[in-house]
Parts: sequence; C-alpha cells; structure tokens
Amino acid sequence: MARLEDVARYVRSKTAGPFWVTIDVFCDDDASFSRVVRAPGLTPAAVARLYGVSADSVKLFPDPTLRVLKVSFPRPVIQGSAADADSHAGQYFVRLLDALVAPD
Amino acid sequence: MSIDRPDVCRVLVPSGALGSGCPEAAFQRGLSLRPDALAVDAGSTDSGPHYLGAGISKMTRKATKRDLRQLMLGRAALGVPLIVGSCGTSGTDSGVDWMADICAEIAREEGLTVKVALIYSEQSADRLAQHLAAGAVTPLPPAAELTIETIAACDHIVALMGYEPLAAAIREGADIVLAGRTTDTAVIAAVPVMRGFPPAAAWHAAKISECGGLCTTHTRQGGVMLFIDADGFEVEPLHAENSCTPFTVSAHMLYENSDPFTLKEPGVKLDVEGAEYAAVDARRVRVTGSRFEATPYTMKLEGSGGVGYRTMVFSAIADRKVLKAFDAWLEGLKARLHAGVTGVLGYAAGDYDLQFRAYGRDALKPSGAPGLDQVPSEVGLMTLVRAKTQAEATEIAKFCNPTLLHFPLNPEDPMPSFAFPFSPAEVELGRFYEFKLNHVVAIDDPLALCRTEWLELQPGGQDGAA
Repeated sequence: MARLEDVARYVRSKTAGPFWVTIDVFCDDDASFSRVVRAPGLTPAAVARLYGVSADSVKLFPDPTLRVLKVSFPRPVIQGSAADADSHAGQYFVRLLDALVAPD
Repeated sequence: MSIDRPDVCRVLVPSGALGSGCPEAAFQRGLSLRPDALAVDAGSTDSGPHYLGAGISKMTRKATKRDLRQLMLGRAALGVPLIVGSCGTSGTDSGVDWMADICAEIAREEGLTVKVALIYSEQSADRLAQHLAAGAVTPLPPAAELTIETIAACDHIVALMGYEPLAAAIREGADIVLAGRTTDTAVIAAVPVMRGFPPAAAWHAAKISECGGLCTTHTRQGGVMLFIDADGFEVEPLHAENSCTPFTVSAHMLYENSDPFTLKEPGVKLDVEGAEYAAVDARRVRVTGSRFEATPYTMKLEGSGGVGYRTMVFSAIADRKVLKAFDAWLEGLKARLHAGVTGVLGYAAGDYDLQFRAYGRDALKPSGAPGLDQVPSEVGLMTLVRAKTQAEATEIAKFCNPTLLHFPLNPEDPMPSFAFPFSPAEVELGRFYEFKLNHVVAIDDPLALCRTEWLELQPGGQDGAA
C-alpha cells in the first residue's frame, strides 16, 4: 500500500465557515487521481475515524477535470472555541497524508 | 453599461479584502478598462469569533483608509458606483460607522462630493426572537435548533445581506455603498444582476473574484476585472503581467468551500458543476455553463458572544527524561494545579477552566482522533486559563506559574526549572468569544432585516473645513 503523501501532488485544508473544514487533494495525472478517488484510506468511514467525526457527515467531491478530490466534514472543534488550536484548520490535512492508497 | 459595450457589464475587484492593498499600477490599468462598478469585500468570519464578538476591525485603520482612498478617487474619476461589503470585518453597525468615518475623512481631504448609503444588517435579540417564535429560523448542519438562550448569549448578531439592499441604494442614487455584513459575492454581483445580466454568470463571476487575485497565477499582484455578458463571463487580472488560466480560475472554486459545485446565496442556488473554462488568451479566461435557480429567500445569521476571559502561560521543556514520560508528567502537573486552584484559591470546579496544549507533541491533533507516538526534542506547553473575569484568570495563571516552572518528574528529584520565554510569564488574552449561530432566517422581503441611512459629503460640509 502507498501513502497519500507519496501519491498526491499537494494537499491543503481550510475552514469553510466556522463549522466546516475542507481538504483539497491535488493530483498530477489521471492515474494518480483515480487511485486517490478509490483509496481505502479516503472513504467516508476512514476519514471519519481519522478525525473523530461521524461517517455520514463526511462529503467527498471528486473533480476529474481539475484532478482534485475534495473532502469536507464538520469541524470536530468549532473555530475559535476554547479547545481550538488551529483557527483556520490549516494544519488539519497533515493527518490525512498517511491515508492508505492502493498500489499503482 | 459602458458607453462602448452596453452588452457587457464590467466590475473591478481590487483585492479579496479591503485593507490588503492593490498595487497602484494594477488599479490604474483596471480603471482604464472602464469598469461599470468597483466592488470589494471588507470582512469575513475567517479570523474567528473575536471581531464579531467585540465589534472591531481586523484590518488597521491606516490600511483600510489607504485602500478606500484609492477606490474613492477611482470611482470619482469614472463616475461609477463603489460598493464595500461587510464593513469593519464583522459587518456590525459599529463597523459600518467606522467605515463611514474613514470615508468622510477621505472626502474632506480630497474635496469630493459623494452621496453615501450606509446599510446596516445587525439584528437585535428581540427581533430575532420574534422570527424564531414565528418558526422562520432553521439550523444549518451541524447546528441544533436555535433557542432564546443562545440568542441572548450573543454580543452581536448580523444577517448576511444579498444583493437587493445594495441595488436599492444604487437605484436611489448612491455613489458609494458602505454595507454591513453581506455575502462576499453579493457585493460583486449587485450591479450586473440589477442591470439585467444573467444571474448565473454574475454570481459565478462574483464567486471567482471575491478573493481578488487568488484566481490568478500571481496572487499578490492585485485583483481582477470581470466582464459579464449574455452568455457567460470573462476574467482577467488587473496587473498586465499577471494571468488567469482555466486552472487558476476553476480551482478557485475549491477554496474555502465545503462543496465546490453548488453555492447558496440569499434567494439563489448556483450550480457550477457543468461550467466550462476556456482560455481567451494567455491571461484571460471565459466561463460558460453556470446554472442559476431562484430559491426561497433566506439570510444566514452569524452571532458571537463572550464566555469569560483568558490568560495564557507558555513554558518549554527540552529535558529528554520528562519528554519520554510526558503524559505522566503532565497528569501529575494537572492534578497538582487543580488541587491548588480549588484548595488554596478557593475556586469551584465549574468556575474556571484549565487547558493544556503541548506544542511540538500533539497540540494540533484534532480532538477525538487517535494519538501518535512521538518523543520530540522539545515541547512548548501552553497553559490556557479561562475564568469569569480577567482578574480571576490572571490570578489563577499566577498561581500556576511556580508549578509550571518547577514541577519535577519524580517528587524526590532535585528541583528542576523549565523555560519561560519572558517576564511576566502570564499574558492576558482579554475577553473570550465563541461563534453561537449557524442558522438561516426565512423572509419575504430581502430588505426586511436591513436599514439604510444616507450621508451627503461635500467640501466645506457641515462637519467643518475641507
């Protein structure tokens, strides 16, 4: 199995309003995009486990033209709340870099 | 419409946020393209709940005035409307008044005659409670149903305006519109939509351009110019040496949106999944295929309220023995502190909150996620105290300081010291605010929740000498 960090070109995360986080996975070509979209580590259930949210709140948006997989889910910690250590959710994506992706 | 091309509506967007600046060369080039309107967003929730809770601006007055002056001189030269949305970052009434003050100063300094519309969208708790009682308020996931208690807990509540109040003011002769909280896109879509251009193209163009130069290849070289027509829109950067490409434009729909294909605005649903992005030339992109659907009119609500005050202490550890046994060390430290805060200072458990974040170890771990095994070379321990008043938070922080400085791994160890970065060790953080609302209110009249006032500015006007 490969890791997302080695398959994707670039990954970033950001708040989409105070209550949601959105992660964009950019791929170099159709082959790696296809692997990312089918990745066992990027199913709603896998993402939910990684971030401590419910699986049915995780939304996936594959965009074949841009070769980007967007993953969105409610922030487990609301922006600016007492326990928030990442106001813009800018570093949330780091955990996703270890997600398992099927080999080439 | 432009005299030469009435079938095209041009909107100049100087930047993604008033105060962040637009290089003068880029701005002047934009003016030479004869825009029909200048539009810029001056706020967002992006920087957290403090600005709405306290009703203050994130941008400095100097940077805001510099950008507003540039825009006011530009609009005066062309005789076109200028629209500024979400004044003062949070778009509270005080934010609008703050911007109005800056605008009046600039008009005085530059000898300008302008008719300014001030559009307020802050909501009183009483009015909102009435809408709640009438069943007009709906939560957005993941929020729960709104309660009276939550409304009362907000220091400020704003409703996000659509384009209609802005258009109404322009129709009544406004040269400049300074609006309270508005959706980022409504500020830009207002003029094309009110002049009958296709709403799909206008709203999509607004969405692409709301962050200024972020849809270009060189994001720090100023904003963009929009050209909306009957079949779609085109976008190019203001700066001659900057470019928009089909990738930079279409990829911008990803930024800060949980759903890149469907966008909700007041009374609007925009579907861009089938949109096509084509290069007109090396630096200009044409977009077609966006779809618009009118929806029942709702306005999103934002609310922020104070929940106590905070004081922070920061200490650093590089001692490997402590770092290898960090969890146990921290548990012991916490237990000692809580015992003292309650036993010595006399606080009840519910009257204060102590939070610890271990930077360099797991401070950025989202809660609920499985932990990682790490022994870092150093850890910065942030201790956050929250209490009802600033004085109480600081009292507790001061009490914690000796323990944070000296708590040993083993009780019998000769007393260690950890690393405080400065003196005093405690830092007051002020009032602590939280976002309280993620709801929409359904209304029949798009202007029902706003109020418009007028400011006629002229040289030698009633506010004194020019």
